[in-house]
Amino acid sequence: MIVAIPAEEKSLDSAICVSFGRAPIYCLYDTEKETSTFIDNKAAEASGGAGIQAAQFLVDQKIDSLITFRLGENASRVLSAANISILKALNLSIADNIENLLEGTLTSLNEVHPGFHYGH
Amino acid sequence: MGTKATIAILSGKGGTGKTLVSVNLAAVAANATYIDCDTEEPNGHIFIKPTIVNEYVVTEPKPVVNQDLCDGCRKCVDNCAFNALAFIGKNLLVFNEICHSCGLCTYICPKGALHEEQRPLGIVKRGRKNGMTFLSGEMKVGESSAVPIIKALMREQQTDLVIIDSPPGSGCLVTETVGNADFCLLVAEPTIFGAHNLAMVHELVTLMGKPSAVLLNKTQEGENPSEIYAKEHGLKIIGSLPYDEHLALLTSDGLLAAEEDKHYHTYFKELLSAVVQEARHASNSDPQR
Amino acid sequence: MHQILILSGKGGTGKTTVASAFIKLSDVKAYADCDVDAPNLHLVMGSYEQEQKKDYMGLPKAVIDPDLCISCNKCYEVCRFDAIKPGNPYQVLPIACEGCGYCIHVCPVGAIHSEEAKVGDLKLLTRKDELFSTATLLMGSGTTGKLVTEVKNQLKEVSKEHEVAILDGSPGIGCPVIASLSGVDLALMVAEPSVSGLSDLKRVLTSAKQLQVPVAVIVNKYDTNERKTAEIEVYCYKEGIPFLGKIPYDKMAATAINTNRTLVEIESLGAEAIKTIYEKTLRLMKERIHT
Repeated sequence: MIVAIPAEEKSLDSAICVSFGRAPIYCLYDTEKETSTFIDNKAAEASGGAGIQAAQFLVDQKIDSLITFRLGENASRVLSAANISILKALNLSIADNIENLLEGTLTSLNEVHPGFHYGH
Repeated sequence: MGTKATIAILSGKGGTGKTLVSVNLAAVAANATYIDCDTEEPNGHIFIKPTIVNEYVVTEPKPVVNQDLCDGCRKCVDNCAFNALAFIGKNLLVFNEICHSCGLCTYICPKGALHEEQRPLGIVKRGRKNGMTFLSGEMKVGESSAVPIIKALMREQQTDLVIIDSPPGSGCLVTETVGNADFCLLVAEPTIFGAHNLAMVHELVTLMGKPSAVLLNKTQEGENPSEIYAKEHGLKIIGSLPYDEHLALLTSDGLLAAEEDKHYHTYFKELLSAVVQEARHASNSDPQR
Repeated sequence: MHQILILSGKGGTGKTTVASAFIKLSDVKAYADCDVDAPNLHLVMGSYEQEQKKDYMGLPKAVIDPDLCISCNKCYEVCRFDAIKPGNPYQVLPIACEGCGYCIHVCPVGAIHSEEAKVGDLKLLTRKDELFSTATLLMGSGTTGKLVTEVKNQLKEVSKEHEVAILDGSPGIGCPVIASLSGVDLALMVAEPSVSGLSDLKRVLTSAKQLQVPVAVIVNKYDTNERKTAEIEVYCYKEGIPFLGKIPYDKMAATAINTNRTLVEIESLGAEAIKTIYEKTLRLMKERIHT
């Protein structure tokens, strides 16, 4: 299973970025291979629709799951269309969140907020 | 009065008394049309309390997908400047609230899988109060641009004298509103904040070639930076409205001062004739008219 | 870093007056003006030793190459934003262009391309250990939530060591407000005691709730309509929203502002009220963080 986590920096010790669509980096963690890769989020610079673009990008990376604090309704629509499970992040490092994921203690994220609609 | 005049009431920021001035000017005119263009927070109806006679939905074209024809080439997704499309699994998703209705996706789709359908963006209300025509536009929460609503408001049939209550600020909605005006009345507070915002909106109307004058609102003893700005920049001061607890109370209770208080009835009547005269003067000296 | 955002549903309620007073009262050394449409905070904050400026680019806009344009009118026909001015050659009106790129695709001779357009400046002002993040938009560029996010990010990057930051929010309920609210620890709503003030307050409280941001409410110029003030207080009580106090209408506020001072730098009734509110706000935020 591949899980994506919005990150502030390219390190497992990094904090999770509070924004989903405008996170500078995503950490992709492969639970079988126990490997992590860090990729730049090009959508972070978008004037509008960053959440949609970021979600499309992650779907294309074939992720199965996302750990995040918050999620806009548009990004949520993209991710649920791809059957990606969305888990609520804990206010800890990326590594600690992965640990909690493996222990099965993360709960699913139910609330989504209205989109930001940048560009106007 | 007999002359056609469209007057936009503007201010660089909210809370300067733009709506107060607009509704009271419309109230003392014989047969004016009041248009509330503050589509995000339309408050004019609170004061005017019109009887709504007609209401319709403003729509915009949005792309609709025929999933059977779509082959997933993603040309539309990659070319949409607003990121309003996504392709997931075997389906193309459209995000209407992000979409700016530019029409590019339907044009570039090689399979003809996209066409446009009208979708609601907001509401235009038409009402009456005594001799006054009331128009107001309200944007659906979460929509990105109210420009089409303002365009729809401007298309509505209007009387000779039109008072436009503009949106605050100096953004694209204001530009859209001011484009239709013959004359701009700027309302400014007596603080350096007020003067700063007055400068912004004055710069905008000047850039658009619209004649304007300023009404100094909430004046009190002491220096008035907005007044200083106007004098230094050759901006005509058409009047001042001193701070008055009674006026503030009437307004905060959602009442029309021009109807409740004789003094304000006279005040706004005089202000209106001064403004109309300015507007008439401006359109006479404009050779294009 | 913990962020306190000062917000109001409509303009002119005294948001900046409160924000600037908070900055003066506290030892807060990091603050930002998120009202990118009409930034005012800098007007009462005095002068700074250093200013760092960065261009802020908006959506790319179409540009027509006059040497290649054959005046075929195709771009004019497809543009939905009235941004093409016919002529010889045709021209793009940058204020109207939304950068969709439709004209680029229909131009038969490839005379149109898109260019990044500067729409504003992102600024970081500093003096001693104080950091002030702000921005200005070019005329007619319109609101943008993204610039608000950049103002906030800029402050966040340079103020990691700071305990508390104060943000002056943008008015309204549109996207700049959502961008202001996003990720803050407490939003203090400055309400005005009037019919429209209450309805605007309710709308902005809804936005805050959707974004799961903790809120508190104060009323400014409460004595201009004590009945409406009571109504707001009752509303907050019923909704379980902390009500942190009320500030009297103070003619001295204008005097203070006009002499480039914050309200708390002169002796006045308003200043006393703001001091009490500031202490309550800090206490509330600390409670929220520890629970």
